[in-house]
Amino acid sequence: MRTWLRIFFVGGVIAFRGLFNWIRPAMYIPTMLGSPLFQLIFFTKLGQYARAQPADFYIVGNSIQACSMASVYGMTMAISNERQAQTLGPLLASPANRAAVFLGRGVPVLANGLLVSTFTFGVGALLLGFRPGAAAIPSLVLIVLVTVTSCTAFGMLLGSVGLRAKDVFFAANLAYFLMLLLCGVNIPLDVLPGWMSLVGRCLPLTHGIAAAREVAAGASLGHAAGLVATEAGIAVAYAAAGFVLFRYFERASRRSAVLDAY
Amino acid sequence: MSTWRVIGSGFVMNLKMLGTSGFFILTSVVQPVIFATIAFYMFKSGGRPGTLLYTALGAGVMGVWSTTLFGSGGMIQWQRWQGTLELSVGAPPPMVLVYLPFSLANAVTGAYALAATLVWGRLVFGVPLHFAHPFLFAVALVATVLALGLMGLVLASTFILYRYANAMANLLEYPVWIASGLVFSTSILPAWTRPISWALPPYWGVLALRHAALGGEVWRPLGMVAVLGAASLVIATGTFRIFEHYARARATLSLT
Repeated sequence: MRTWLRIFFVGGVIAFRGLFNWIRPAMYIPTMLGSPLFQLIFFTKLGQYARAQPADFYIVGNSIQACSMASVYGMTMAISNERQAQTLGPLLASPANRAAVFLGRGVPVLANGLLVSTFTFGVGALLLGFRPGAAAIPSLVLIVLVTVTSCTAFGMLLGSVGLRAKDVFFAANLAYFLMLLLCGVNIPLDVLPGWMSLVGRCLPLTHGIAAAREVAAGASLGHAAGLVATEAGIAVAYAAAGFVLFRYFERASRRSAVLDAY
Repeated sequence: MSTWRVIGSGFVMNLKMLGTSGFFILTSVVQPVIFATIAFYMFKSGGRPGTLLYTALGAGVMGVWSTTLFGSGGMIQWQRWQGTLELSVGAPPPMVLVYLPFSLANAVTGAYALAATLVWGRLVFGVPLHFAHPFLFAVALVATVLALGLMGLVLASTFILYRYANAMANLLEYPVWIASGLVFSTSILPAWTRPISWALPPYWGVLALRHAALGGEVWRPLGMVAVLGAASLVIATGTFRIFEHYARARATLSLT
């Protein structure tokens, strides 16, 4: 059990430090903090011009969605960059528990996603007048935590695809932009066509954002519990699917001798 | 003659490279269509009238800017990674002439974005494609794409000294969309941002395109696009020379 935990925590942190491309401040600050900041301003101003929704709608949506940059790209890098660094072979030749190897990589990514979301909420409060009320903040923290977890689990699935796909970052970029469209970040789901909102409801973010909007508007956490539970269920489903895919591609790559090959 | 050959061969080569890059297909076609869709639905839910063509044009220019930005940020960095930067710097033509066709090819690839958002808008949202001044629209499109390419050249020159050019590219995408008023009027921004908007070719470019499509005075914004494009070329010629010298003197040209 101690070894399992060591691989889970220490291995996760080492993998993050080694494989997350944007870890240096010169990369991290413009990409992980600067870009969400301007994204928030862009969509809030666009919403204001379109006379669509109040500013809080965009602040909550984009502040939570900001975590997906950390989670989706971070997790994709944390798994699939092993292949790029030619370290996948040695890693998979080790007897380390695969669940610890796989899930442990999610911990630093999750912490990073929380940081990015918190920063974007802070910008919303500072520059755009977001005032959810002190009583709502603990509930918002919990909802953001659950949502970041589900985004990280979604990133695990994409990262697993990266064990075999030639250009997984194309898929990661595409997923990131589609989440912006389909998850109710800037458009209420009832405005989207039925099939789009259905896809959105199967993705991470959607229920978490809806729950956060309710809580920010003054509802209790109990009132949004169903949405939070659905978001948590989506997290478990994506993490499980990601792990199954990881094991499948590991076996298939070993059988075909294409572990580090492109 | 040799100058035109450098420009022509560099342009064609980079156009081919970009055409095979999944990332640039995403940036120049898929991303603008997604952003156009988001903007269409936001306007639909808000009910501001007569904004569909306005949105399609703006989202298209957003794509031109994204492609130019990532292309300009990437062209120095990718050459660093591939070990070909020294060869480009060591070649007889001035560095600005080597990278000018690359930057223009980035912007031309970005022009796919405008075609994509207009076609998408027409097919999916029924955007009426009736341009008030079709000829001026074509002129404005060429001028805007060229000016953005030249603006990208200025950015590329600064990336000679900066090792994390792709991070700056990630940062600069939204601010230029905002300050240029590509999908919303800059009148809703604070007054202090106006001079920034006026200094940006995309601000005048989208204005010229909008006026050519929807009606309005085209020549003044078109003139500003030309002036700012020419200014960008002059600035880039100077900055390429200065930054190249610094990078060579400090031996940081190929450091990654």
